Amino acid sequence: MSVSFTRKEMLPPLPPPVGERGVVKWARENLFSSPLNIALTVLGVLIVWWLVSASLPWWLNSVWNASSLGECREIVAARAGEGATGACWAMIRERWHQFIFGFYPPSEYWRPVLAFGLLFAALAPVLFSGEKRNLLIVLGSVTVFLAVTLWLAETPVVALVLSLALAVVLVAVSQIAPGKVLWFTLIYPPLCYWLLWGGSIWSPIVAMAGFAVLYAVFRLASPLIGLAPAAGAGVVAAVLWWLYLDVPIASFLQSALPFGIDAINSDRFGGFLLAIVIGVTGISFSLPIGILLALGRQSDMLIVKTLSVGFIEFIRGVPLITLLFTASLLLQYFLPPGTNFDIILRVIILVTFFAAAYLAEVIRGGLAALPRGQYEAADALGLDYWRAQRLIILPQALKISIPSIVSTFIGLFKDTTLVAFVGLMDPLKGVTQIVRADINWKGIYWEPYIFVGAIFFVFCFGMSRYSMYLEQKLKTDHR
Amino acid sequence: MKKSVFFGTLAATTMAAGLAMAGTLEDVKARGELICGSNTGLTGFGAPDANGNWAGFDVDLCRAVAAAVLGDASKVKFVPTTGETRFTALQSGEVDLLVRNSTWTATRDSELAFDFVAVNYYDGQGFMVKKDLGVSSAKELDGATVCIQTGTTTELNLADFFKQNNISYQPVTVQDDSEAQRQYLAGACDAYTTDVSGLAASRATMPDAENHVILPEVISKEPLGPVVRHGDNNWGDVVRWTYFALLIAEEKGITSANVNEVAASTSDEEVKRLLGVTGDMGAKFGLSNDAFKNAIAAVGNYGEVFARNIGEGTTINLARGLNALWTQGGLQYAAPFR
Amino acid sequence: MAMATDAPKETFRLSMLVYDTRYRSYTIQIVVLLLFAMAVAWLLNNTVENLAVRGKEFNFAFLWQRAGYDIGQQLIPYTNDDTHFRALLVGLVNTLVVAFWGCVFATILGVIIGVLRLSNNWLIGRLMTVYVEVFRNVPLLLWILLSYVILSETTPQPRDFRVTDEMIAAGEEPKASMILFDTVAVTNRGTNIPAPLFDRSLGSIQIGFLPVSLNLLAFIVVIIASVWANRRLLAHAKAVQEATGDRPVTWWKSLLILFGPVIALKFALGLHLEIPELKGFNFQGGILVAHSFTALLIALSLYTAAFIAEIVRAGILAISRGQTEAAFALGLRPNRTMSLIILPQALRVIIPPLISQFLNLTKNTSLGIAVSYLDLRGTLGGITLNQTGRELECMLLMMLIYLSISLMISAVMNIYNKSVQLKAR
Repeated sequence: MSVSFTRKEMLPPLPPPVGERGVVKWARENLFSSPLNIALTVLGVLIVWWLVSASLPWWLNSVWNASSLGECREIVAARAGEGATGACWAMIRERWHQFIFGFYPPSEYWRPVLAFGLLFAALAPVLFSGEKRNLLIVLGSVTVFLAVTLWLAETPVVALVLSLALAVVLVAVSQIAPGKVLWFTLIYPPLCYWLLWGGSIWSPIVAMAGFAVLYAVFRLASPLIGLAPAAGAGVVAAVLWWLYLDVPIASFLQSALPFGIDAINSDRFGGFLLAIVIGVTGISFSLPIGILLALGRQSDMLIVKTLSVGFIEFIRGVPLITLLFTASLLLQYFLPPGTNFDIILRVIILVTFFAAAYLAEVIRGGLAALPRGQYEAADALGLDYWRAQRLIILPQALKISIPSIVSTFIGLFKDTTLVAFVGLMDPLKGVTQIVRADINWKGIYWEPYIFVGAIFFVFCFGMSRYSMYLEQKLKTDHR
Repeated sequence: MKKSVFFGTLAATTMAAGLAMAGTLEDVKARGELICGSNTGLTGFGAPDANGNWAGFDVDLCRAVAAAVLGDASKVKFVPTTGETRFTALQSGEVDLLVRNSTWTATRDSELAFDFVAVNYYDGQGFMVKKDLGVSSAKELDGATVCIQTGTTTELNLADFFKQNNISYQPVTVQDDSEAQRQYLAGACDAYTTDVSGLAASRATMPDAENHVILPEVISKEPLGPVVRHGDNNWGDVVRWTYFALLIAEEKGITSANVNEVAASTSDEEVKRLLGVTGDMGAKFGLSNDAFKNAIAAVGNYGEVFARNIGEGTTINLARGLNALWTQGGLQYAAPFR
Repeated sequence: MAMATDAPKETFRLSMLVYDTRYRSYTIQIVVLLLFAMAVAWLLNNTVENLAVRGKEFNFAFLWQRAGYDIGQQLIPYTNDDTHFRALLVGLVNTLVVAFWGCVFATILGVIIGVLRLSNNWLIGRLMTVYVEVFRNVPLLLWILLSYVILSETTPQPRDFRVTDEMIAAGEEPKASMILFDTVAVTNRGTNIPAPLFDRSLGSIQIGFLPVSLNLLAFIVVIIASVWANRRLLAHAKAVQEATGDRPVTWWKSLLILFGPVIALKFALGLHLEIPELKGFNFQGGILVAHSFTALLIALSLYTAAFIAEIVRAGILAISRGQTEAAFALGLRPNRTMSLIILPQALRVIIPPLISQFLNLTKNTSLGIAVSYLDLRGTLGGITLNQTGRELECMLLMMLIYLSISLMISAVMNIYNKSVQLKAR
């Protein structure tokens, strides 16, 4: 008989020691791994504690319903005792529309909202050319966004139906013929202009017809006189169209077939509407200029190169604020006597130059990052300069520069706040100043800054994350 | 219809260049809208409300001019200008008329090539201090920190005043009135200096107005008034006489409420001429004959404008003082309308 | 049978200007040049016409007229009787000072944050990420306005420092007191710091328009001389050590050489600190650092530090792990690895974007307008422009000055880039 001391079954494994598992292990490794780390952790906790303890009562005592700062303070004092501090969000509640739209007439809020929604619809085909799924996601979200916000903005029924119909049509087209959505991108700029500024629908249409004239003349003339002169003739024809035919034809059409929406003056633009208008227009107009400047800077032609470099370095060498002051103070010296146009337009022109110089550098980076072989291959195929650029170089260079273009846009968008210094109503300083000039809200500081700052943060952070995602996605590496 | 300026500089400049720099009056009529340079926001004098409607003492003068020229006081667009951009805006033709409590000085009249066509508010620069500072005269402010708005004549006056009295000060320059007030209330400066009307306006809106005093010294003359470009005399006349019409209206007891009634019943020859009942005075300015009647009907007489925006009983609560009519011991005096 | 013949002699035709690649680039360049010249002529012509319409002329004589206004912060002597040109210089110095200190603080802060963001401490890593994202994604203008408001709202008024007889009798403490051994007073008007004063001053000399303090020069000369002497001493010690094997004791000589002359000079000139004192309305004596300066400096440093942190992080991450491992394999100690292997490579990646951040910071100092900091834009482009009404001259001059500052910084950057560039094979 033998008693077997051999175990038949294994003991269950003991859990790892307390110090080696769960929260404790994690904390030990991530927070207290060395004396320096312990000190840092303690410091971090102290900072967080200090921030929270200093601001929490203020957040907790927020007041949402009041008609003046004084009333807010009374409510806070009544609720939390004398000497307590509290946020007065009632100001935002009462004036939020000014921060978003400036003095745009409330009955027309649907127009900027629609233009904003459609902006994404116009961007989608550029970013996801031909990808049905992504197009569906973006355009579908735009449709839903428009349905909700337009309803909230009390859009007139006709406009509501038409806009939603447009959105649905876009979704449908994107699924049937994804390539065709790009056409919407082309008609978006005049459409957006018309929506925001209003007036006769014929002005933007006739103005756009100038491009059609350019193209028609180019096509007709190119077999006769060759490409380059034909392009020149097209440009001349288009300029003549804009100079002499545009206004008479537009006004004739308007009198024959009157159709338009209320014209809104530029001085009613303000808040984030203004910031987005300036930012988006600036970046989109600056893209072609930036590409030309970048190509000019890379060019072998001495004069072209010198001029490009001079322009880029000049614009990048002076602060934006001096350019804005140029728009408001100096532009009138450089243009023929008696010329005068909108300060917003002047600011947009200077902002476009500004952005163009920065974009030129970004695109130059993209051009430089392309392997030499791409240029050589294009040459070997016998492509001429413009074909090589258009078919081989630029598509790749632009693709790798998209993240940097987005960050340029973020920088530009933040910088639109500087227009306050030339008397425009940017959300940060302009609108805040007007709100504070109101006797009811005199002496309010934190709330408008936090509100505006939060919106800027959401926009910019969102865009920067998106560009990081793009960067990952577009990495088709030349290594 | 709005011009198509969509294609940026090229189209815009060349088209606009087509319009020669004609007389401002013709431009305004052709445009059907008066463009007024206004403050970016000074309570009582010119500030937009929550809906973007401008109101204030200076704003009403613009409306009166719009009513006189275009027959409609609402056909006016306000371009907010800062202390730094205001004169360029006028000079470049961006605005037709600048009504933005600007001081009439020799330099601005000569070198900057402007015309101050009237003085709608006689003001002077003063100091405001907190009562518990125990200061009763500006000359006791030796070593004090003084808040001052940049881009105005007040900077020069301040430097001159302290120099003349041989005392020192520390300037704290600020951008605008609301920032100056914030600094002053926080105690970041001992004294706040600007036009006395501005001080009164600020003081009126402070939660503890009784704890602040405006010192007796007025260290400068600040005649504030509407400004037009030098050399456009016809336009200057229109603005000047619109303003005078408001003064005469107060003198004769014509208000926005009774202007039609007075026009029908008056036997005063000057009033008849003013309201366009007899004569063709309006036409002499290139306006319609009832232009000044429209102006009075739109905003009321000078006294009404004053009382509605900045007078006693409003939050600004200014006394008429120098701005009373000459018949009541003030300086507001209109040339005869004949 | 083919015979080699000369190519037919080409005759020049006009269309070759467009179609022949040999001539085309000349054609294009000439057309561009013509267009450019026309544009410039058009602009100049317009400007001349506009000036004539306004009855103005283009000259800079106004710079030599009396300015008439006061400037709160002046690092070179200035009164309101000085000229506009002098006011411009005061503004320029103010711009450069805030830009310089901004770069210094932003770099220090940025490097710390960038390194901490890579730390394996979870809490600190997250905090730094939050910091970087928050500061990068909100406009700089907001940070400037906010730090200005915080500085002037949370600090005590000068009168809170006052100690009256009644308070002493009642044993009360004043509401606020000075910090750092009673030498620095932070009020809501600014920070009063002690100023160095000399009992027996050497006076100052004028170099151009700038007065240069001889006292300061004396200190600089003495310090440079002592450092140089100390080096000679150490070199000598090394030589002795190599010749004889015995290193002479040098530490007390070093100390003496380094500190002796400076201390002697201090007593010779009677250097002492003038501590600010509450007199009348304000603290008198010492140096007043206005809050507009401090706020601008803080905001610029914090904002730019967020960008620099990202640059530093990217620079360190760009050095592949293999470099460290290879260095360890060679037997280098960690600190030698850092200083000989990692840093030289990381710096090559870090420095160019870092300098462009410095450039941005310098340009961003013009946002001092938000807190009415009287920098170049505030004096030349602000008050002078306004009082004289010469926007064309003032703006052009201001742009030119900013441009020269930027170009100087870029030139430095290019020189550096050339010196560290990897030689391409």
